[in-house]
Amino acid sequence: MELPAYDPQWLKDLLRYMLIVRCMDGRMMKLQRAGRIGFVGSMHGQEAAMIGACSALEAQDWLWSGLREGGAALMRGLPFSEYIAQMYCNSNDTAKGRQMCNHLQHKGSHYPSWSSVIGTQLPHGVGAAYAAKVRGLDEVHAIFFGDGATSSSGFHSGLNFAGVWEVPAVFCCVDNGWAISVPSSQQTAQLEYERKGECYGMPGYAVDGNDVLACFEAMKTLVARARGGGGPSLLVLRTYRMQGHSSSDDPTRYRDAAEVETWTKRDPLERITRFLESQGVLQAGEYARMESELLAEIDREIHIQEAAAPMPLKSLVEDVYGDIPRHLRKQYNEFLGVAKRYGDADVGDGVFPL
Amino acid sequence: MTTRTLLQAINDGLHTVMKEDPSVLVFGEDVGVKGGVFLVTEGLQKEFGKERCFDTPLSEDGIVGAAIGMAMNGLKPVAEIQFQDFIFPAFDQIVSEAAKLRYRSGGQYTAPMVIRTPYGGGIQGGLYHSQSGEAYFCHTPGLKVVIPSTPHDAKGLLIASIEDPDPVLFLEPKALYRAVKGEVPEGHYTVDLTTLREARPGKDVVIFCYGAMVPVAMKAAELASENGIDCRVVDLRTLLPLDEEGVLEHAKAVGRVVVLHEAPRFCGYGGEISALIAENCIEYMEAPITRVAGFDTPFPNTLEHHYLPDHRRVLDAVERTYHF
Ligand SMILES: Cc1ncc(C[n+]2csc(CCOP(=O)(O)OP(=O)(O)O)c2C)c(N)n1
Ligand SMILES: [Mg+2]
Repeated sequence: MELPAYDPQWLKDLLRYMLIVRCMDGRMMKLQRAGRIGFVGSMHGQEAAMIGACSALEAQDWLWSGLREGGAALMRGLPFSEYIAQMYCNSNDTAKGRQMCNHLQHKGSHYPSWSSVIGTQLPHGVGAAYAAKVRGLDEVHAIFFGDGATSSSGFHSGLNFAGVWEVPAVFCCVDNGWAISVPSSQQTAQLEYERKGECYGMPGYAVDGNDVLACFEAMKTLVARARGGGGPSLLVLRTYRMQGHSSSDDPTRYRDAAEVETWTKRDPLERITRFLESQGVLQAGEYARMESELLAEIDREIHIQEAAAPMPLKSLVEDVYGDIPRHLRKQYNEFLGVAKRYGDADVGDGVFPL
Repeated sequence: MTTRTLLQAINDGLHTVMKEDPSVLVFGEDVGVKGGVFLVTEGLQKEFGKERCFDTPLSEDGIVGAAIGMAMNGLKPVAEIQFQDFIFPAFDQIVSEAAKLRYRSGGQYTAPMVIRTPYGGGIQGGLYHSQSGEAYFCHTPGLKVVIPSTPHDAKGLLIASIEDPDPVLFLEPKALYRAVKGEVPEGHYTVDLTTLREARPGKDVVIFCYGAMVPVAMKAAELASENGIDCRVVDLRTLLPLDEEGVLEHAKAVGRVVVLHEAPRFCGYGGEISALIAENCIEYMEAPITRVAGFDTPFPNTLEHHYLPDHRRVLDAVERTYHF
């Protein structure tokens, strides 16, 4: 097969972005194991899917997140500092420590806040794409979600509305084989997720989600189609969740070591690295240097965020409304009164189970 | 009798009923091989097979809607919603369908089923793994709402819920899953869904509460007793339908009332208790009825221990009520 002529620097950047995801993920997992942060939903194994697909987006396009696209947001402009602050839920966190760890956002690069509730973002992405269309904005909305989310009503209403309204959106289904402990075979009787697009009048395609260039090319075509007024489409990125569902999950309870082994051999970073080396784009030792530079940069930021102050108490009653209503001021003041008389509340010791 | 945690008691209850009644099915997200994210259904699939305990696709409205149909056609579904926070996609099926089927069909069709789901804070789960939504459901005639606080009650109430002729929402205080232990009888027994439980006798102030707030009330009561205030603690345990006579009896006997829950105060369940007492026996009250509740905000993350009512806030209310 003839490969398109890629700019060597662009290729190297692609690898670097994937490596950022891998390094950030590894460091966050370490922090979680050390008890410094509460929860990590690992991106390990999905680097090519998110980086390849999102490389096809322009700066003005939006990225609607499933559970594991924080790494793509890093490429699109989410600073390391904000990423790590969110994981610490400290006073530098732009979401003011209100979300669980790993619920990232970045307004500057159009990466909206997302809830833990699976599937809710699909109709949001469709509505925003509709707004872009009505307002004549040159935006494409990339709407990410997992294989599990295809069972949610948000998936069905999202794709249905998108089809009827012909919005500039690309639905990106990250099929990593698992929804916590539920394999795709229990999730759907149509394992070719891409064929679900047809029911809503949009084309659906599947691509090897561990091949970063394939993900990029497929997404580029569909983004161009959406941008040109051709309407929505569904792209399935077939990949694998290498770790547990989250830092609290033990996947050995429910899946085969042999399956994991198969996918270990398909590691997306190894694949692109080997390819770039064979093309003479990447020199010996460059990968290791890149990695150690990135880890050092991440570690510097971890030290800064580790020292940041926790969220102040009054953030309890802020941002519920545009301004703090009287009844909340009263509740807060009563609460302070109790703390003054009886001392501060004890930090709980409950642990998150999944 | 065996000493069990609340979680083990629920598992034991499911086990007991599944053994006795082959029409009982347990299903939901991750309840099969994994045994649930909290491990409440651990071992059930192994013992009873994939036909009796199985994973579903990721769709809460699908889970509850299908449970209704099963119940209408001779099965006894015990559906799990992984977190109460994720029940809202199924709100329509619960409120419009399960709760109203008997009424709209003139009693020709019914949906005897149980929806189990962990609720409440205490696990650093942020705003979507911590909510206490009981008030939404208690506003729904046709539904029963049950919240245990001890291992003994958890098993007995669960078995009673599964045997009940009407749909029951069984809310499990996740903060207590492993935090409370107690004696649990072997085999089949029920705790009826019509009576509250006096968790601690006392004559000066009565604290009405349920679920994860019961141990908080008990601790506050203990501290209050050091200051010479003798608190009674009442565990409501079945919120809908409520044991109204029981509430009024305790309120009249003591004359000073604190109502406690971790859900937001406004339009919370405590409002109903307060109104019930105010309407029926205000003349017995020697102090204003006082509510202690979560803030009227979404559930926070890092500040959850400040949001959740603790023994300090309860003690404060008890003392204010006592010294009124
Ligand atoms: C409505 C809803 N139900 C259940 C959950 C609990 N839950 C969190 S993630 C998850 C599985 C998601 O699987 P998938 O969509 O494939 O995404 P992945 O985790 O594989 O990235 C479940 C069941 C939830 N967050 N929201
Ligand atoms: Mg998945």
